[in-house]
Amino acid sequence: MVESAPAVELKGIWKRFPGVIANSDININVASGTVHAIVGENGAGKSTLMKILYGMQKADEGTITINGTELVFNSPADAIEAGIGMVHQHFMLADNFTVLENIVLGSEPKSGARLDFEKARKQISDIAAENGLLVNPDVLVSELGVGDRQRIEILKVLYRGAKILILDEPTAVLVPHEVDELFNTLRDLKREGLTVIFISHKLDEVLSIADEITVIRQGTTVGSVNPHTESVSARDLAEMMVGNELPTPLAVGDTIRDEVILEVKDLTVLAAGGKAIVDGVSFEIRAGEILGIAGVEGNGQAEILDALMGIESSTGVVTFKNEDVSHKSTRHRRELGIGFIPEDRQRQALMLEAPLWENRMLGHQTMAPNSKGFLLNPRGAKADTKRIVEEYDVRTPSIDVLASALSGGNQQKLIVGREMSGDPKLLIAAHPTRGVDVGAQAAIWDHIRNARQAGLAVLLVSADLDELIGLSDTIKVLLRGKFVADADPATVTPQELGTAMTGAGKAA
Amino acid sequence: MNLRRLGTSLIAPAIGIFISIAVTAVILKFIGASVTTVFSSMWTYGTSPHAMSLTLNLATTYFLSALAVAVGFKMNLFNIGVNGQYVLGALAAAVVGSNLHMVGFIAIPISILAAMIVGAAWAGIAAWLKVSRGVSEVISTIMLNFIAIGIISYIIVRTGIGTETSLNVRGTKLIPESGMLHGTAFLDPGTKVYGFFFVSIFIAIGYWFLLNRTRFGFDLRATGKSATAARTSGVESKRMAIVTMLLSGAIAGLVGLPYLLGETGSYNLNFPTDWGFTGIAIALLGRNNPLGIALGALLWAFLDISSGQLILEGVPREITTIMQGLIVIVVVMSYEIVRRNQVKSEQKNVAKALAKQEVAA
Repeated sequence: MVESAPAVELKGIWKRFPGVIANSDININVASGTVHAIVGENGAGKSTLMKILYGMQKADEGTITINGTELVFNSPADAIEAGIGMVHQHFMLADNFTVLENIVLGSEPKSGARLDFEKARKQISDIAAENGLLVNPDVLVSELGVGDRQRIEILKVLYRGAKILILDEPTAVLVPHEVDELFNTLRDLKREGLTVIFISHKLDEVLSIADEITVIRQGTTVGSVNPHTESVSARDLAEMMVGNELPTPLAVGDTIRDEVILEVKDLTVLAAGGKAIVDGVSFEIRAGEILGIAGVEGNGQAEILDALMGIESSTGVVTFKNEDVSHKSTRHRRELGIGFIPEDRQRQALMLEAPLWENRMLGHQTMAPNSKGFLLNPRGAKADTKRIVEEYDVRTPSIDVLASALSGGNQQKLIVGREMSGDPKLLIAAHPTRGVDVGAQAAIWDHIRNARQAGLAVLLVSADLDELIGLSDTIKVLLRGKFVADADPATVTPQELGTAMTGAGKAA
Repeated sequence: MNLRRLGTSLIAPAIGIFISIAVTAVILKFIGASVTTVFSSMWTYGTSPHAMSLTLNLATTYFLSALAVAVGFKMNLFNIGVNGQYVLGALAAAVVGSNLHMVGFIAIPISILAAMIVGAAWAGIAAWLKVSRGVSEVISTIMLNFIAIGIISYIIVRTGIGTETSLNVRGTKLIPESGMLHGTAFLDPGTKVYGFFFVSIFIAIGYWFLLNRTRFGFDLRATGKSATAARTSGVESKRMAIVTMLLSGAIAGLVGLPYLLGETGSYNLNFPTDWGFTGIAIALLGRNNPLGIALGALLWAFLDISSGQLILEGVPREITTIMQGLIVIVVVMSYEIVRRNQVKSEQKNVAKALAKQEVAA
């Protein structure tokens, strides 16, 4: 490798948020012309770090050095100026614009007052050819799939002259062959002398593409490895990510009873265009059973959960405790005893600008202790909020503070505590411990396991495969809206499960 | 903590009033008027028992109008059609009331009910368009205002409902004395404070109770705070939009009644038709809170009434319109600033309190 200053050097980065230290003493060296992966659990502080590097947030302490020059970024514009480009996990494209228009949007080539599309078209096709990013510049973005959209995002930052690319969880939304294409693109970019920073928590992918891997745990860098020179396995990385403890939620004993709590037949959810996002899914969950759904994000798991709660319209038959609830309202389903921990807690599970005790009522506003008949019972809700704060270790000075004042992990603990209240018969949970620290994670697992012991049925969706394997009694693998494989949590490894999720092979 | 919240919610209006007085002073100076004379004569007249009675009467009207708007605002539903709803409501009450010859405690509630039903029905058209056809309620309610005024002109000019009243203006028959709510003259012996002033106090309490102590109120507030979270919690957004719009229309139907039942006794073509827009401004001022709205309505009415004095000083009375506009703009801006600071400072306080706990542990 050429001897030169590292493309990116982060030194002693600290970032504190109310109630949580997101980054503490982060040190990373990214060599020029390499693919550098940054791995860590959800909530380990990867996103914050990247926001700092991209100028979206300012570090409290520490320095950023780009190609040997120490710089201060006050906004993304400064970072772009320094040659840094960010490809966000969620694409930011205008659907009703063409590819070309999307790429130039915000930095349009002008000749006089006129938009010079011909010049832009030439420039873009040059960049695209150099990097093997094949897209037709004149189609509407709305007609393109996820892989193409991602290529447009990459072209967008290259068009703006980026030499250092940050890709935030780029594979989360991709199917396997798209992942392969992306990796080919990254190799091309590297050959062109560009530097790629690749954020991920999928260790197999990281091992196959990265020249160097930095591991972040609880906000700090715990080490770097070079997979070309050192022999390192996904397991080694996982251990670095979670520390020595490796808290695996071991399933205890067989608690499955005969009573079927939830029976789902031919559940289908159609997207706006008429394509099936959930395609004729059937399963049942018994009392005391935890059914895990494994799948790459965006393969229909969110839609299954929303359909089961009656939030998303669907066809098929959903039977809860021998009652057909297919056409029942969300409120009715909740009153029957279904708890719901949605995927996006801030949008779906909280009123951020309301006090904790009002958030305690949300979703349970028709039930004791929050209301009696048509009247609310603030006193009852407050008392029960105090109980949840105690039992679930929600770190807050009072139950009168606004939900927005809590850290993400504490918000999640409040939500889990709320949804486990009132003796539910079924818990539908998406990523119940996402963003929660390790200790609280174990506590939430205990709560769920204890409830299962008492007969709770659980439908669990989690991106954390260790959590999924450790908690579930049965695992089903979801791919493009269909169950494609079953896995036995007693024998399956995260690696096997990960392979099955991408449709590449069959799980044990 | 709650005392502090109350304190911070009073900061914004205080800033608004201060800045608007300051700017108005500059304008007065600019047009060559004596600042102190103008303000002191407004104050002297505005605080006289006669003017205060008039202020209470006008404030009652504004209060109801703002309440109608506020109930929609609480769930991000914008009822801009209070004007249309209240003129139709007032007409309905006038027609029903003038044909009822019964004792007051039966006739008056029936008139009130008629106004509420018609107001709600008119708002219901916008609600139905919204949930069934996705028409923005902002557009439909504005358009319905024009239609309502047109319908009323037609009814009064072209149908038997309208007759020639005194003062040479067409209107409905007079409501019999027993069906009126003239009120009592408790401040100034010559000026009655409308009976609806007292009715409004009960309506304010009812509004507060409905929003803060009932499940319906919780669903409504939850929808306003986060539509997605409310949906996930089991609130049916379409049903909620319809019910809230009907409720807003029903309250709007009352807006013309203080004046109708306290003063004219007849809906005629001179009946004011723009109290609904004032309601929007006051709902913003009062942050959809009944107490805040009451204070805002009093302030607004005070400025309106005391501005009558400006002509005597040789100053155009439109100066108060400028004041009112400034107050709203400044207050809305400062609310947002105060709110952001509040969220931030609360996050900081929580972090601080937790850090202390950890040290203690």
